[in-house]
Amino acid sequence: MITIGIPKEIYPDERRVAATPASVQKLIKLGYEVLVQSSAGEPAHYDDEAYVNAGAAIAVDAHFLWGQADFILKVRAPMVNSHLDRHEVELMKEGASLACYIWPAQCPELLEQLAAKRATVFAIDSLPRISRAQKMDALSAMANIAGYRAVIEAANHFGRFFTGQVTAAGKVPPAKVMIIGAGVAGLAAVGTANSMGAIVRAFDTRLEVKEQVESMGAEFLELDFGDEDGSGGGGYAKQMSDEFIKAEMALFAEQAKEVDIIITTALIPGRPAPKLITAEMVESMKPGSVIVDLASERGGNCELTEPGRVAIHHDVSIVGYTDLPSRMAKVSSDLYASNLTHLLTDLTPEKDGQPKVDMEDTVIRGLTVVQDGSITWPPPKVEVSVAAPKPSTEEPLPAGKAAKGEPSLLKKWAGKGALLAVTVLALLGIGAYAPVSFLSHFTVFVLACFIGWQVIWNVTASLHTPLMSVTNAISGIIVIGALLHLAKAEGAGVGVMAFVAVLIATINIAGGFRVTHRMLKMFRR
Amino acid sequence: MSYGIVSVAYVVASVLFILSLGGLSNQETARKGNFYGVAGILIAVGVTVASFGTSGIVSIVLAILVGSGIGLTLANKVEMTQMPQLVALLHSFVGLAAVLVGFSGYIEPLVHTSGAEHTIKLVEVYLGIFIGAVTFTGSLIACGKLDGRIPSKALTLPGRHYMNLAALLVTLILGFMFVATESTAGGLVALILMTAIASVLGIHLIMAIGGADMPVVVSMLNSYSGWAAAAIGFMLGNDLLIVTGALVGSSGAILSYIMCRAMNRSFISVILGGFGQTTSSSSVDLGDQTIQETSIDELAEELLSSDSVIIVPGYGMAVAQAQNAVGDITKFLRDKGVTVRFGIHPVAGRLPGHMNVLLAEAHVPYDIVLEMDEINEDFPTTDVVLVIGANDTVNPAAAEDPSSPIAGMPVLEVWKARQVVILKRGMATGYSGVENPLFFKENARMLFGDAKETVDKLLGVLRS
Repeated sequence: MITIGIPKEIYPDERRVAATPASVQKLIKLGYEVLVQSSAGEPAHYDDEAYVNAGAAIAVDAHFLWGQADFILKVRAPMVNSHLDRHEVELMKEGASLACYIWPAQCPELLEQLAAKRATVFAIDSLPRISRAQKMDALSAMANIAGYRAVIEAANHFGRFFTGQVTAAGKVPPAKVMIIGAGVAGLAAVGTANSMGAIVRAFDTRLEVKEQVESMGAEFLELDFGDEDGSGGGGYAKQMSDEFIKAEMALFAEQAKEVDIIITTALIPGRPAPKLITAEMVESMKPGSVIVDLASERGGNCELTEPGRVAIHHDVSIVGYTDLPSRMAKVSSDLYASNLTHLLTDLTPEKDGQPKVDMEDTVIRGLTVVQDGSITWPPPKVEVSVAAPKPSTEEPLPAGKAAKGEPSLLKKWAGKGALLAVTVLALLGIGAYAPVSFLSHFTVFVLACFIGWQVIWNVTASLHTPLMSVTNAISGIIVIGALLHLAKAEGAGVGVMAFVAVLIATINIAGGFRVTHRMLKMFRR
Repeated sequence: MSYGIVSVAYVVASVLFILSLGGLSNQETARKGNFYGVAGILIAVGVTVASFGTSGIVSIVLAILVGSGIGLTLANKVEMTQMPQLVALLHSFVGLAAVLVGFSGYIEPLVHTSGAEHTIKLVEVYLGIFIGAVTFTGSLIACGKLDGRIPSKALTLPGRHYMNLAALLVTLILGFMFVATESTAGGLVALILMTAIASVLGIHLIMAIGGADMPVVVSMLNSYSGWAAAAIGFMLGNDLLIVTGALVGSSGAILSYIMCRAMNRSFISVILGGFGQTTSSSSVDLGDQTIQETSIDELAEELLSSDSVIIVPGYGMAVAQAQNAVGDITKFLRDKGVTVRFGIHPVAGRLPGHMNVLLAEAHVPYDIVLEMDEINEDFPTTDVVLVIGANDTVNPAAAEDPSSPIAGMPVLEVWKARQVVILKRGMATGYSGVENPLFFKENARMLFGDAKETVDKLLGVLRS
């Protein structure tokens, strides 16, 4: 029987917990036993009793829990437990599994440590961002909360309404909010600020998010900067060129003078947060303004950010809290626990309490950073993007097709060769035996076919019906032949036939053109 | 009038016809294109008639007047939804005319020939009449099928391929006899026999083709009528007929090719017919899956609260004549700031471009009516997709189920949108006879009823 262990988080001010009573129930249904460290859920308002009622056992201390559990679910990456004076990895069972935030790029030593324990580790932060994996996407879930909370924090430090009001006591202008970075957090902030009545503007280097920003009710600030798009694959931003950054900074400097609140969420994967708000910009802001820096944990987007606290500079509050999701511990625990439950559901398709690591599955492959003691990070790259840049999506296709279709290609060439041979022979035959008068007509015929071929391919699909009726009318040209016969008819039989032919061909001509005209008249922009 | 002037006039007419087809490459120049066509025909006919002097002028003028009268009346009266029938009917006229001119040309040749030239001319006569006869009866059947007078189901007689093959063989043998015989009477007998066989062949060929393949059939007949004109042109030694016939012929051929590609089927398999009959056995067992119904009120609310809507019309919209109501809804939603666009599958309807014509009739601006390739990428970012009377063209089985008879056919990927609402009369399958798993998707809602009534009521609810 596999026991899932839920330790109490020891990171300072971390209030979240990796399982809630509701998720414990689901884990038990998957065939696991669940062990929760006593008071693990208390900061998130879940007491031990609730876990017991859900079917979990309670472990009295961390020592016991880490020693018993085969599969640890937690929030923060393992760290030194100062209380016990031992690293959490040391407490861990040999060969156990672990799912939590790892940030494998930032802490290779931790991976080594876990590998030495022959552990299997799922880094929830390394989840491939594909639609199938969204239910496990803790980063997005937390970013959503952080974005909401950022606006709430801003409102808390801002001495005015967000919405503009005209009251008996006078007019209050609406707050102007600028949000930098329109990822999940940025969009959540846009939505929250907008719903509170503020005037919201958002900026992002990735042009693909413009529509999303506008759909949330904000104005998208655009740089007049050609086609440089900051999409770096996987829905993340990439480093921009120097000129772009210069133009961007000028935009921020200009906006800083005007807006009351700046919320920054700009992060580039695997790099320190870009410095976007300089000290001068802060000083140019109106007194009482607020900056909320969601990137503070990674160094901050503002030069003056002090991670973990509120700095006041030049009468501007700079909120540098690094624990925004944790400040809403209940909802963030609920969502995080649900992300992990989804992960475990995917790991145990049989619902037999035995996790299987299917490395063929892109999602699982991406998450698994250590497997049975060997480091499997980084995974092979998965390319996904909301609006993938055109050339990159189109290019691989023909290549794949060609590789797949090689045998049939040969066949096709053989078929084409045969067709060519037949055509050449037929032409030779015609050339050798046909009289000259026929050949001149034949030349005309072949050329006309080619002209038709060239011309028709240019006709837009929406005009195919008019095209048919017009070609139909034109093919009534056969009336010429009928006319010739009618004019020169000797016998009555031919006369009648020619007469009928002229008549119906004329119906065709008149009807075809008239109906085409009717149709074309209706097409309008 | 001298032979030179006639020739020059014919060259002018040819150029005008090419310009006419070229004009159709986009909506702005299309009307001009039509006028070029009219001018070409007028010049050609005018010059031809003038070159005779007064011989036979009475009957010529009479035939032209009556013909134009009938043609214009037909064209003015026809409903836009009946366009496919009319086009098919007009094709049959060209076929019949080709047959008649071919016979006249055999009985009273206008160009006297001997030796190899004579043989070639006989072959041309024979070919012209053959293609003409097939086009004539085939188009009549197509017209009947489109009009619903003849059941649109594919008629599959046992051994039908052998029958067609036998007909072709007999035609070939008769052809040799026709060329070999010296007497006009013997030749006529061969010609008449062949015409009868070709007529039956035309009927049988088109009877064997199912309703879903009608766009291909109509464009194919379009192509045939062109080749028939070209063959008659060869017979008469008239370059104008050859050029025009070749233009029309290649135009129809390209259209057929485009339609076939849109259904991921080979031209041969369409021509051989019988599609939609053998497929019922392989239909996926959808078992206990359930569909979810929605109501007009819900749909109205859904539409008003969404940012982007794509409407996917199909033949059902044409049948119910719902295009005007759809156009009104489009206008209403656009005025409310909802982005409304149309996604048109290349084979939607019974004619190439059929939906575009209907929507144009309903005053839907053509720049929001998009082709499948233009709009397929946009479904994932769309709030609501409204499928009106389309079925096979939105069937996810084509993309997801390799064993499906329509596997690999490009379809509109409507199921990728947040929500799909399907307006449909009942749970019947589309023309291909294939079950549609779309209806059972989680984000799909069905709204049963006649398309026009439903859309009218929807408009009422939206306005209130």
